[in-house]
Amino acid sequence: MDALAHLLAALLLAPLLPGIINRVKARLSGRVGRPLFQTYFDLARLVQKGVVESETSSWMLPLGPVVSLATAAIALTLLPGPAGPSPAAFTGDFILAAYCLGLGRLALILAALDSGSSFEGMGASREAAFSALAEPVLFLCLLALAADAPDISLSGMLGRGLTGSLAPERLFVPVILFILLLTENCRIPVDDPNTHLELTMIHEVMVLDHSGPDMAAIVYGSSLKLWFFAAATVLSVLPVRAMPPVAGWAVFLAGLAVVAIAVGLVESSMARLRLIRVPRLLGAAGTLAALSLVLTVWR
Amino acid sequence: MDMTQTLMVALVCVNLAYLAVTRLRSLTRITAVQGILLAAAPLAVLGQDPHGHATTLALGVLAIKGIGFPWLLARTLSRLEVNPVVEPYLGFNVSLLAGVAGLLFSLWLETRLPFPPGLFPPLLFPAALTSIFSGLALVVARRKALTQVIGYLAAENGIFLLGVPLSAQGSVWLELSVLLDVFVAVFVMGIALHHINKTFESIDVGRFCSLRD
Amino acid sequence: MELFGLSLACYLLGALCALVFGGREAANRLAPAAAVAGSLAGLAGVLGAPVSAVSTLSLPWGLPLGAFSLGLDPTTRLFLLPVYILGAAAAVSGSLHLAGHEAAHAGGDRRGPHWFCFNILLFGLSLVMAARDGVLFLIAWEIMSLAPFFLISLHDDEADVREAAWLYLVAAHIGAVCLIAFFTLAMGQAGGSSFEAIAAAASAGRLTAPTLLFLLALVGFAAKVGLIPFHVWLPDVYAAAPSHVTAVMAGGMINVGIYGLWRTLELLGPPALWQGWLLAALGLASALYGILRALAQGNLKRLLAYSSVENMGLVCLGLGLGLIGRASGNDAMAVLGFSGAVFHMLCHAGFKGLLFLCVGEVLAAVGSMRIAHLGGLAKRLPVVGGAFFLAAAGIAGLPPLPGFLGELVLALAILTGVDLPGLLPRVGMAAALTALAAVGGFALAAFAKAGGLAFLGQPRTPAAAKAASPAGPALVPILFLAGCLLLAATLAPGLLGLAGQAALAFPGMDPAPARTALAGACAIARTVSLYSAGIVVLSLVLLWLRRLLIAAHGRRRGPTWGCGYTAGTARVQYGAASFVEPTSQILGQPMGLTRRLDMDPGLFPKRAQLFVTSPDVIRSRFFTPLFEAIARGCDALKVVQHGRVHLYILYVLATVVLLLAWKL
Repeated sequence: MDALAHLLAALLLAPLLPGIINRVKARLSGRVGRPLFQTYFDLARLVQKGVVESETSSWMLPLGPVVSLATAAIALTLLPGPAGPSPAAFTGDFILAAYCLGLGRLALILAALDSGSSFEGMGASREAAFSALAEPVLFLCLLALAADAPDISLSGMLGRGLTGSLAPERLFVPVILFILLLTENCRIPVDDPNTHLELTMIHEVMVLDHSGPDMAAIVYGSSLKLWFFAAATVLSVLPVRAMPPVAGWAVFLAGLAVVAIAVGLVESSMARLRLIRVPRLLGAAGTLAALSLVLTVWR
Repeated sequence: MDMTQTLMVALVCVNLAYLAVTRLRSLTRITAVQGILLAAAPLAVLGQDPHGHATTLALGVLAIKGIGFPWLLARTLSRLEVNPVVEPYLGFNVSLLAGVAGLLFSLWLETRLPFPPGLFPPLLFPAALTSIFSGLALVVARRKALTQVIGYLAAENGIFLLGVPLSAQGSVWLELSVLLDVFVAVFVMGIALHHINKTFESIDVGRFCSLRD
Repeated sequence: MELFGLSLACYLLGALCALVFGGREAANRLAPAAAVAGSLAGLAGVLGAPVSAVSTLSLPWGLPLGAFSLGLDPTTRLFLLPVYILGAAAAVSGSLHLAGHEAAHAGGDRRGPHWFCFNILLFGLSLVMAARDGVLFLIAWEIMSLAPFFLISLHDDEADVREAAWLYLVAAHIGAVCLIAFFTLAMGQAGGSSFEAIAAAASAGRLTAPTLLFLLALVGFAAKVGLIPFHVWLPDVYAAAPSHVTAVMAGGMINVGIYGLWRTLELLGPPALWQGWLLAALGLASALYGILRALAQGNLKRLLAYSSVENMGLVCLGLGLGLIGRASGNDAMAVLGFSGAVFHMLCHAGFKGLLFLCVGEVLAAVGSMRIAHLGGLAKRLPVVGGAFFLAAAGIAGLPPLPGFLGELVLALAILTGVDLPGLLPRVGMAAALTALAAVGGFALAAFAKAGGLAFLGQPRTPAAAKAASPAGPALVPILFLAGCLLLAATLAPGLLGLAGQAALAFPGMDPAPARTALAGACAIARTVSLYSAGIVVLSLVLLWLRRLLIAAHGRRRGPTWGCGYTAGTARVQYGAASFVEPTSQILGQPMGLTRRLDMDPGLFPKRAQLFVTSPDVIRSRFFTPLFEAIARGCDALKVVQHGRVHLYILYVLATVVLLLAWKL
C-alpha cells in the first residue's frame, strides 16, 4: 500500500523537482524565475501538440521516449516507500533497477542516432561513455550500503538511515549518490541543461529531434529518473522507516525538496566541467565508494 | 561517532586526495589539512593528558605542520612562477586506484603483523601506512620537484602518525625535535627548488638526467 | 539416446550426400536438409526426455585404445541445445546464400566439400559433448577442430581468408596439444581411458600432478573458448568466415571449450580455492578486455567477435564463482555460479547466432560489414534490423530479454559470496560485481554503436542506400531464431531451472542448500519476468497513447534539425571512431586505439586524413614476437636440412641406435 502511495507520489510530484531547482537557480541569480509548476504546464502544452518527425528516422524514433518513460516508471516501483518496503523487493533488485534505466538509456541513444544528426550522435556517444562509467560507481556505493543491510535489496538497504553502527565512512554514501544524481540526470557540473550551445550538451542535444508527445515523455521520464536518484539519496540518509508513517512521509518529502535545493545551489555556484574532466569526477566518486565499502567490510 | 575513528577516516581521505588533485595550490592546502588533522591526533589518541604533553605536541604540530610548512610551500609556489598544474607520470584515476590498493594492502598487513593488542587504535596503522604510500606515490608518479617535497612531507606525516601512540611521556620532546629537523629540511628544499628553477628554468625532475656524468 | 544416434546418422548421411553430389545444386539442398533433419532429431532427443535424465551407450570399437561410449546427462543436453538450434538455422541460411552462387568460383564449385565439412562439424560437436571416454573425446575434438578450417576457407581466393584459416588452425592446435597432453597424463595415471576411471583415480588421489593437469586443461580449453590471451584468433576468423559458419562457431562451437572445462572440473575431483579465483579473474579480465575491444571495432563481425570474448569471460566467471563456492563449502554460491554460467552460455549462443545471421544478410544486401559503409538499414531491411536490435539488447544483458537473467544470476552468486570469511575474498567479490557493472555499461555502449550506426541514421554509401530487404525465405532462419529467443524470454524461469539441473549434477554438491538457492533464484526469475512483462506492456500502452495523441494532433515529416548548419551530408554523421571518442579519452590504451592525423601544416591546409585503427595489443606485442622468435629458431635448424640424402639416412640410423641404446 505504501509502495503504491510512493509510486503515485512520484508520478504526481516528480515534475515539481525541476521546478524547485529552477526556482532556486533563479532566486540566486536575482530573478523571480518561472513558476514552480512550470514543468506541468510544459507537459500539458507538449501533449497537445502534433509531432514532427525527421525524414531520416525509422520506427526507432518513437520507441526512445516511450521506452525511457516506461523503464523509469518501472524502476521506481522497486524503490521502497518512506514507510514500507517495495512489494516486489528481492535480493539483487538494484541490478534490475539499474538495468531498467539502462534499457531506457539505450532506447534514447538509439532514437538520437536515428535522426542521423551529427549533433545528436555526439550527445549519444557522450551519454554512452559517461553512463558506462557511472554504473560501476552506483554498484560500489550500493554494496557499501549492503554490507550490514538485513537483505541485499533496495528495500533492505534504503530507508534505515545512517543509524546502526554509525561509522564515518557511511557519510560518503549520500555524497556519492548525489554525484551520481548529477551525472545521471545531466546536471551541472557534468552537463548543463540550460545551455544553448549544442556542442557542449549531452542529454539535451540527444533529444533535439523529438517534439510534442515524444518530448513530453522525455521530460516526464527524466523527472521520474531525477526522483529515483533523489529518493535514493534521501532514503540513504534519513531513517524514515523508523518514524511513524506520517512523520516519515513528511520528512521524506522535505528531504526531496532539500536535495532539489542542493542541486540548484550546485548549479548556481559551479561551472560545468570540461568533458574530459567528467571521468575524473566519477573516478573520485568511485574511490569514495570503494573506500566506504572497504572500511565497512573491514569493520 | 567516535572521535578517533572520524579523524582516521578523514586522514585516509586526505591521503587519497593527495593523489587526486590537479593543482599545486590544492596540494599545499591538503598538506595544511593533513597537518591540522595530525595535530588533533595526539589529543584524540593519547586521551587523558595530566602532564599536558599531548597538548604540547599538538600545538607544536599545528604550528609546524598545519601552518608553517603549508605557508612555506605556498610562498615557494608563488615565487617560482611555474605552471600551476600537477604534471603526472601516472594518470589521476590510476593513482587513485593505486591508493585504494595501498589501503587494502595496509589493512591486510595489519592483520599479519604481530602488534601488541591495543597498541594502535583501529584504522590508525592503515591511515599512517597509506599516508606513507601516497607520499611516495607523489614522489614517484609526479613530475615536478615541488610535488616531491610534498610527497616526502606526506610520507613523514605517516611516520609521525605511527609514532603518536608510541609517544610515552619523555618522547614528546624527541618528536618535537624531529619536527624541527624536518622543518629545516623543508626550508632547505624550498631554497633548493628556487635554485633549480633558476638553473633549469623548470622544476621538472625529468630534466635532472642531463646532470649525469 | 536413439534420437541422438539418429541425429549423428543424419549428419553423416548429409556429409555423404555432399560428397556424392559434390559439384551440383543438389548438394546445396540435400546436405543442409540432412543437417536440419539431424538437428531436429537431436533436439527431439534432448528435449524429449527430462533434462536430468542420464543415459549411456557403448558400442564396439575397432581400435585398441579407448572405447566408443557415449552418454547424455544434464550438462551434455544443455550444451547440445544451441548446437542443434543454430545448426538448423545456419544450414537453412547458408543453403539460401550459397544457392546458385558458387558455380562461377575460380576454383570450381566448393559447395560439396563445404557442406561435407559443415555436417562433419555438427557431427563432431555432438560427439565431443556426448563422449565419455578420453580417446573418443580427443578424436571427436580433432574432427570438430579441423572441420572449421575448411569451412572458413570457402572463399580462399582472398588473402585475408587464407590467413584467418591458418590462424584458426594454429590456435586450435595449440589448444589440442595441451588437451592431448592432459588426457594422456590423466589416462596414464588413472590406468583407463573412460571418464569414470579418471574420476575414480582423482577421488582416490592417484593423479599425481593435479595442478599441472588443471593448467593443461585450462590452456587447452581456453584456446577454444577465446579467453585472453588466447582470443586473438576470434576476430580475424569470424570476419573471414561465411556468416552462417560464424553463427555456428560463435554460438555452438566455442561453448565446447566451456563444456570441456566443466567436464575436466568434474573429473579432477574437489576443486582448490585458487582454481576458482583464477577462473573468475581470467573470466573478468576477458570480459572487460573483450568489451572494450568490441567498443573500439569498426567492423560488425569483429565487434561481435570481441563481444564473444566478453560473454565467454562472463561464463568463465560463473564457473569460477561456482568453484569458489564448492571449494569454500558455500553450495548456494556454487549452484548459482554454475547455473548462471550455463544460462548465460545459452543466452549468448542464441543472441550471437542471431546477430551473425543478421550481419550475413547485411553483408549480402550491402556488400560490407564496416560501419563506415552502412547506415539507415532499419528502414530498408526492417525485419533484419528489428532482429538485430532485439539480439543487441539481449546480449547487452538488458531486461526484458533473458540475457539480463543470466547476468543477474551471476550477480546473485557474487552477492552470496559476499558472506565469505576474510577481508580479501569479500573485497574480491565486490570488485567482481563492480567489474560486472562496468562490463554491462560498456556492452550497452558497444551495441548502441553497432546497432545505432549500422541500422539507423542516413546510409553512408550508395550501396547502403540501395540495399533491399532479403527475399522471404531468407528471413526464415532469422525469424526462427528470434522466435526461439522470445520463447526463451517468456520461459526464462523454467530455463533457469533447467540450467540449474546441470549445476546440481556437479559432483560433491550438497543437494539441500543447493536446491534451496536454486529455488530462490527461480523465484527471483519469476519476479523479473513479471517486471519484464511490465516493461513491455507499459511501453505498448504508451505507444498506443502516443498513437491516439498523434491521431488527434497530427504528424509531419521534416528535415533533421541541423543546428543551423544546412549543408550536412550523410558523411558528417557520427561514425564508428567518433562514437567511441569520449570513451577512448579515458580508456584508449586498453581499447588499443591508435590514431594518425595527416594534416597539411601550411596556412591554407588542403585535404586532411584521420586514421583510427585498433590493433590487438596482445597479438602485436605478445604473440607476433613469440612466433617470430620461434620462426627464427626453426630457421636456424635448417642447417640440418641440406638435401644430402646419405646424411639423412645417417640421421635415421643414429636415431635408431640411440633409441636402442637408451631403452636397452
